[in-house]
Amino acid sequence: MCLSIPSKIKSIDKESNICTVDTMGIERSASLDLIDQDVKVGDYVLIHIGFAMNKIDEEDAIESLKLYQEIIDKMEEEERQALIQESENCPKS
Amino acid sequence: MQLELKDLYDGFRDAKTIKAYKKIIEEDAKKLNRTINIMEVCGGHTHTIMKYGIPQLLPSNIKFIHGPGCPVCIMPKERIDHAYILSMQDDVILVTLGDMIKVPGSNGSLQDARSKGADVRFVYSPMDCLKIAKENPTKKIIFFAIGFETTTPMTAALLDIVIKQEIKNIFFHINHVTVPEVMRELIDSRDEHVDSYNHNIDAFLGPSHVSVISGSKIYEEFPKNYKKPVVVAGFEPVDVMQAISMIVKQFCEDRCELEIEYKRLVTYEGNIKAQELINKYFQKVCLFKWRGLGNIKDSGLKLKAEYSKYDAEVIYKEILPIEEIEDHKLCICSDILRGMASPTDCTIFGTACKPNKPVGSCMVSSEGACAAYYKYGNLLK
Repeated sequence: MCLSIPSKIKSIDKESNICTVDTMGIERSASLDLIDQDVKVGDYVLIHIGFAMNKIDEEDAIESLKLYQEIIDKMEEEERQALIQESENCPKS
Repeated sequence: MQLELKDLYDGFRDAKTIKAYKKIIEEDAKKLNRTINIMEVCGGHTHTIMKYGIPQLLPSNIKFIHGPGCPVCIMPKERIDHAYILSMQDDVILVTLGDMIKVPGSNGSLQDARSKGADVRFVYSPMDCLKIAKENPTKKIIFFAIGFETTTPMTAALLDIVIKQEIKNIFFHINHVTVPEVMRELIDSRDEHVDSYNHNIDAFLGPSHVSVISGSKIYEEFPKNYKKPVVVAGFEPVDVMQAISMIVKQFCEDRCELEIEYKRLVTYEGNIKAQELINKYFQKVCLFKWRGLGNIKDSGLKLKAEYSKYDAEVIYKEILPIEEIEDHKLCICSDILRGMASPTDCTIFGTACKPNKPVGSCMVSSEGACAAYYKYGNLLK
């Protein structure tokens, strides 16, 4: 019921205030009646029961994805260091 | 970096990121010499948590309590009976969303009504009512409206069109409910059972899409007045892991705050246009009965008196019963929804109560805690 999926706006019909969106490769239409910001073709929106609920903030999404990458990079570095330390602690044959 | 749809789908489900957060949470959780019980209020979160096996990724002192946030599950039999009776009227087409059609009332489900000849239709959007109304000018289309703050503005938007376009044959049976009231009820109504079950709500994962509409501001009272941190989280597994990490960090640093993990969609203020539409057409009802939880003060909405000519509950008052119906005696959904028991504690779980023949609210929709345990429960073994 609550699962809503991010979609990309492909076209907007100004008269009916209905847009066509791409959701994981499937095209469908959604009402823009609840959107309080300016939306344009190419924007990402969250669709729920036939309505665009809100625009997805591209900067925030990118920032999150970058943050995740940093965490992974840091982890991998730590993991690498842990490996080196472990091997140094190994009794020399 | 330019954002692609793929980033939104894959990025927030990335296995490496989930593992990285697992490590961060493990390190932080070691600093706590206590257990943290996190309630995910929303059924969408329950689904993600079970689907991606998140409990197994977490250290033993971080636990989930599954909350009452599934609009289909919490619908009491009384309201389903209303829908059933309305659908049985000769000139009525009853329209509703989601799994609502499968939920049993005392006479059966809407699916059963359909098999007896009732015209019951399931739609993906309330807007589909417009087409049905146009194609069936001699029928009364009753939209059986369900859902939390997330779906309320869509019902309001449909009513807005009905009024503006002077459509004469669309009516509403309103069952919209609100989240902060039930959260308050769960915290306030703790009783002596809690100690024996050794459960307690320490923090909340804030519902994602409710918050897109209402803004994070609706949870402000919980850290402030109840000392329960709230982190509004998205539905993807990385969102949930990050939000848990944020909650654990708050406990490590002795903070108690309202934070947003789901910044790409949620703001403090929310969607003002949607809120205005809700406020234009809806008012609070004094008591709304939740399946499994009973009557909760101010937790439901109804149409304002000036729109009563669109209100099926007013129009069909004579034929809609008002008697209360008891929940099934063996069902422990009430305890599960209050965080005092787990689905597997229930004697009828998976036996007399299954997704295709649910007894209690938590088994009713795929987003209910029992249904999620039933579907993904093998992961817990």
